[in-house]
Amino acid sequence: MEKRVVFRSAWLPYALLAPQLAFTVVFFFWPAAQAIWYSFQLQDAFGLNTQFVGFENFRILFGDANYLRSFRTTAIFSVLVAGFGLGLSLLLAVMADRVVKGALAYKTVLIWPYAVAAAVAGVLWAFIFAPSIGIVTYLLKGFGIHWNWIINGNQAMLLVVIASVWKQISYNFLFFLAGLQSIPKSLLEAAAIDGAGPARRFLTIVLPLLSPTTFFLLVVNIVYAFFDTFGVIDATTQGGPAQATQILVYKVYHDGVKSGDLGGSSAQSVILMIIVIALTAIQFRYIERKVQY
Amino acid sequence: MIEKRPVLDFISHAVLIIGAALVAFPIYVTFVASTLTFDQIMSVPMPLWPGDQLIANYTQVLTAGSTKGSTAAVKDMLVNSMIMALVIPLGKISISILSSFAIVYFRFPLRNFFFWMIFVTLMLPVEVRIIPTFKVIADLGMLNTYAGLTLPLIASATATFLFRQFFMTIPDELAEAARIDGAGPMRFFWDVVLPLSKTSMAALFVIQFIYGWNQYLWPLLITSEESMYTVVIGIKRMIVGGDAANEWNLVMATAMLAMLPPALVVLLMQKWFVKGLVETEK
Repeated sequence: MEKRVVFRSAWLPYALLAPQLAFTVVFFFWPAAQAIWYSFQLQDAFGLNTQFVGFENFRILFGDANYLRSFRTTAIFSVLVAGFGLGLSLLLAVMADRVVKGALAYKTVLIWPYAVAAAVAGVLWAFIFAPSIGIVTYLLKGFGIHWNWIINGNQAMLLVVIASVWKQISYNFLFFLAGLQSIPKSLLEAAAIDGAGPARRFLTIVLPLLSPTTFFLLVVNIVYAFFDTFGVIDATTQGGPAQATQILVYKVYHDGVKSGDLGGSSAQSVILMIIVIALTAIQFRYIERKVQY
Repeated sequence: MIEKRPVLDFISHAVLIIGAALVAFPIYVTFVASTLTFDQIMSVPMPLWPGDQLIANYTQVLTAGSTKGSTAAVKDMLVNSMIMALVIPLGKISISILSSFAIVYFRFPLRNFFFWMIFVTLMLPVEVRIIPTFKVIADLGMLNTYAGLTLPLIASATATFLFRQFFMTIPDELAEAARIDGAGPMRFFWDVVLPLSKTSMAALFVIQFIYGWNQYLWPLLITSEESMYTVVIGIKRMIVGGDAANEWNLVMATAMLAMLPPALVVLLMQKWFVKGLVETEK
């Protein structure tokens, strides 16, 4: 799409673009180039000497059992966050689309978590599930479940998944609701006249028509689980216990900031960049397809 | 509503009530905890009815922070958070609206190149380039400054896209009429484009306000002085150890204060918020 009517000036467009380009170069391209540069270098323990080592950092990473485990942890974590996040919010959106009374009240409560910072969400849930004083821990004890996420890796994973899903529910819910409301009522009415019940209508009409929204949300939720959950993890488990919740982004931070391994951390950043680029490409292919509808 | 199904209606409300209750539960517990004394929280199970320490706890954190963890006053942190939450959206909106105006309303050499340059930044979230960006800020001498806190987060492609998309929907006749009337590009920008963009700007502002307020990783990296903490960082710094070591009543009061401004923005500007959310992601 191009504008038919345009203005002409030899310098003005460059002047208008300059601020954004300056920010982009200084805070995106320069650091990204440095990340790539560092990823090919090895520093000694004191940071005095650096030498160019080619793909050595990457070779070390992929031979490192911890790093490979972090991949596995990230995969499990994102599948759980995306799966529960999408499932629960679809359920709530379908119900909210049906009701007339109180719809605004439900919506208002359900969008609240969007306003809460990831780190604060982590603190809230960590408090509720705190091993000795948590209110839910107390309830679970009544059922004979011993809850201590500080030493139990699976429970720690469950805690960060719950906090992450809780925070993301609002977003998914709003998109599903918008998707549901854009489905033409005439289609559903025609199906109802032909004798299709609510369940049948949902499976054969609503769900297929909602698939673009679902796919979009799937990509967004995976990106969210990969990157935006840093706050949740840092405020609760900090990747522990025994790295049970150390997702890739947390490992970049941990190795680079806390352990000072510049080369290794930069190599991890480069790998993450490749993952983001792949995810973004998938998302944009899908958006192009949607435009043609 | 296609047909009357009382049973389904009942189930819908039941699911929504349970869902809303589960979503609200952590926030309610937080509020209750922020009104109790430390000892009340330590007595398992803690009461689920608000106590009488509301004013005491909030006054304590606002003026003096916690006693065991960080002792920075939360009121200063709120100011820092507010600066981040205002500077980031305003900065983003100003630089993006100018650059999209250039890209949409001008033809010039390298236009596509610049567009793609901005476009690829979508693929580099701050989490991915943590350490190099930190070094850049350190080299520029902007650690522990407001400039360091906000500037790196101002650059973004999403706002540019939103404005570009919106500008494409402005009828060509308006630009034509402006040209015939002898208005230059900047006059057209101020008198036509800017007023028409108010809705998009409001929507973007709401989303970016929340984004700025809730930043965590970036301020964590570049602030080491208490005077530069944002409130989200402040909460983290109050948590010092195991369950019993933290003054949960004060942590929770701070958490409430951290949640309140973005929540108010979402609730009061719900219409803009939903619009901004749905449109920035397209």
